[in-house]
Amino acid sequence: MTDSHQDQPTSRRIRIDVPALTRVEGEGSLKLAIDGNQIKQLQLSIFEPPRYFEKFLEGREYQEVPDIVARICGICPVAYQMTAVQALEQAFGHTPSSWVARMRRLFYCGEWLQSHALHIHLLALPDYLGFDSAIGMAAKHPEAVQRGLALQALGNSIIRLFGGRSVHPVGACVGGFHHAPAPAEISTLHTRLQEAQEYAAELTRWCALLPLPEDEDDFISVALRADTEYPFYRGALVSSDGLAIDAAQWDSHFREEHTPHSTALWSLYAGKPYLVGPLARLNLNLDRLPKRIRTNLESTGIGFPSRNMFHSMLARAVEIELAIHDALELTSTYEPTAHPFDPVTPRAGIGFGATEAPRGLLWHRYETDTEGLIKSARIVPPTSQNQARIEQDLQRSLQSFGLDHSDEELRLHCEKVIRNYDPCISCATHFLTLDLERRR
Amino acid sequence: MINLEKRPRIAVHKFSSCDGCQLAFLNLGGDLLELTKRVEIMHFLEAGLDDPEAKVDIAFVEGSLSTQDEIERIHKVRESSRYMITIGACATAGGLQALRNLDNQHEQWRDAIYAKPEFIKTLNHARPIADEVRVDFELWGCPINSRQLLAAVNSLLFGVPPIDDRDKVCLECKRQQRVCVMVTEDKPCLGPVTRTGCGALCPSFGRDCYGCYGPADNPNTASLSGRFAGLGLLPGAIARRFLLINSAAPAFHDAGLIARSSDTGGESHD
Repeated sequence: MTDSHQDQPTSRRIRIDVPALTRVEGEGSLKLAIDGNQIKQLQLSIFEPPRYFEKFLEGREYQEVPDIVARICGICPVAYQMTAVQALEQAFGHTPSSWVARMRRLFYCGEWLQSHALHIHLLALPDYLGFDSAIGMAAKHPEAVQRGLALQALGNSIIRLFGGRSVHPVGACVGGFHHAPAPAEISTLHTRLQEAQEYAAELTRWCALLPLPEDEDDFISVALRADTEYPFYRGALVSSDGLAIDAAQWDSHFREEHTPHSTALWSLYAGKPYLVGPLARLNLNLDRLPKRIRTNLESTGIGFPSRNMFHSMLARAVEIELAIHDALELTSTYEPTAHPFDPVTPRAGIGFGATEAPRGLLWHRYETDTEGLIKSARIVPPTSQNQARIEQDLQRSLQSFGLDHSDEELRLHCEKVIRNYDPCISCATHFLTLDLERRR
Repeated sequence: MINLEKRPRIAVHKFSSCDGCQLAFLNLGGDLLELTKRVEIMHFLEAGLDDPEAKVDIAFVEGSLSTQDEIERIHKVRESSRYMITIGACATAGGLQALRNLDNQHEQWRDAIYAKPEFIKTLNHARPIADEVRVDFELWGCPINSRQLLAAVNSLLFGVPPIDDRDKVCLECKRQQRVCVMVTEDKPCLGPVTRTGCGALCPSFGRDCYGCYGPADNPNTASLSGRFAGLGLLPGAIARRFLLINSAAPAFHDAGLIARSSDTGGESHD
């Protein structure tokens, strides 16, 4: 980075307003004011109106919860459903059958695949190839856009197999699934996954060649970590500084704050910002990657764990490979069942859920009464966990990029940094009962 | 019906929502690229196109109106669009978040939650788009699917009004020769009063429809509520069936409130 601007007069005052961020899910804006060499104001504002989900859940029956929480986010409804059923089954003391556990993993693979493919190709890639949108990019880079759309479609097909549709799927329930796919459908899917395996590996190598900025930073990663597998649906909640807890202990280590410029809460770990999402997961679970995928990643020459936030893009590509790898394994050993769900007996209880949504750790807590009606609900989505981290990253990354860049370059750099987190703003703005609960 | 330009301009606008209906565009796959040859997309934030004031032939609107700012914005969208099509339950009927309209608790929640409630600019009610501006066509569903979307776009490209299919889910179920989950398994299915369009997904998976496509034409909710009671559902449970995704659609709203009002305390609402 050049220091030449220190010799210049510090009279340059600029103000950049990005009133509506593009290629992110939901509504957010950025305010940046620079005075000479100093950032005077930097605010990532989330103005997506609150929708009060946790309030709606009160008094509803447990079977309704997967249908309600899906509506928090159109891009990651599976993550919400899977976290909710996990928490409610814990509250009821129910252990899912091994068929159900395996198929939930497969269902979740579908969501990672579609969400990551959408983010890499339609949301993030235009930044690196110099376009405003994937639609504009498609004329010059048809093969990249087609590959992205094909991977996204494959992920959507997995979700549809279990859920009937890929947005707000209808198949998941507390206890399992309403419906088991036919063996012929699984076998068709298996063939498509085999075809995708090689071009997913190519995608990783291709992403590694993109002009990703060199931008080292120090941050704390938080993700799940399981005994043997890469984490989707189970595992301890761990951090890069040595935390290893159960989802039930969340409140002892994590705290949420309200800032006036945002309708989403800021989540802090030990009082500090932290990272969740693909890069955090990969940094903490490198040894859980299948050998073939790890070798492919090593062949790119980019070392992990990585402290460059821009390697999130690469981490997403690796996780696409992983989702395909796991889905292949789960479909090759598929056995149909007459019992896609086990009956659940509701009871009064408290249950916690923690799973890895495409964007990062998603945490739920429910309290139920004896009939299985919800007494209280709390949901901490990945984007509100990343929000403090995004602002911290913007501060540092802008300084390192150089404040002497043109307004347009600064704006583009900020947008790149923000998009890199794949923020899901609709998800982040429904926290609203949290403060209320604390006051009781 | 005004004939559209050869390559009409369209816009996709988001209000209070989950972004799931916009995905009907982004999930089109290869058809998305085909669509962009037939229409010019002027504004679509999630896809990276940012020109909210562009004059367009068709504006697709997702989400409900829940802030003053959104009300001002929808008027601008209306002014710059020839046709306006709402996509999904939120835009068409208020959506899931319209549950907050039911008990008028919004202000109490907000004031209890926020140290500075004056920063929170949400309105008391989450409202459908047609409450505020003229809407030319409505696509129901939570979410809408790509088939509905393309059918509407194609009709307009041919200069004919899109077909408004108000049949009941039951008819689709019969066409698919599904076994009725209410008749054979006593499940409280909303299919008899819910608008078709989803492809009868829930019954085809052996579960009861939960009404995400909103009320069909002439829905006999009173009779269905009676049937639900016969299946053993208490009034609170019947109310919850109607008051979920489309609680502000009049037919479901009224049926839900009637069920609630006959709730004699058989269930606790604490």
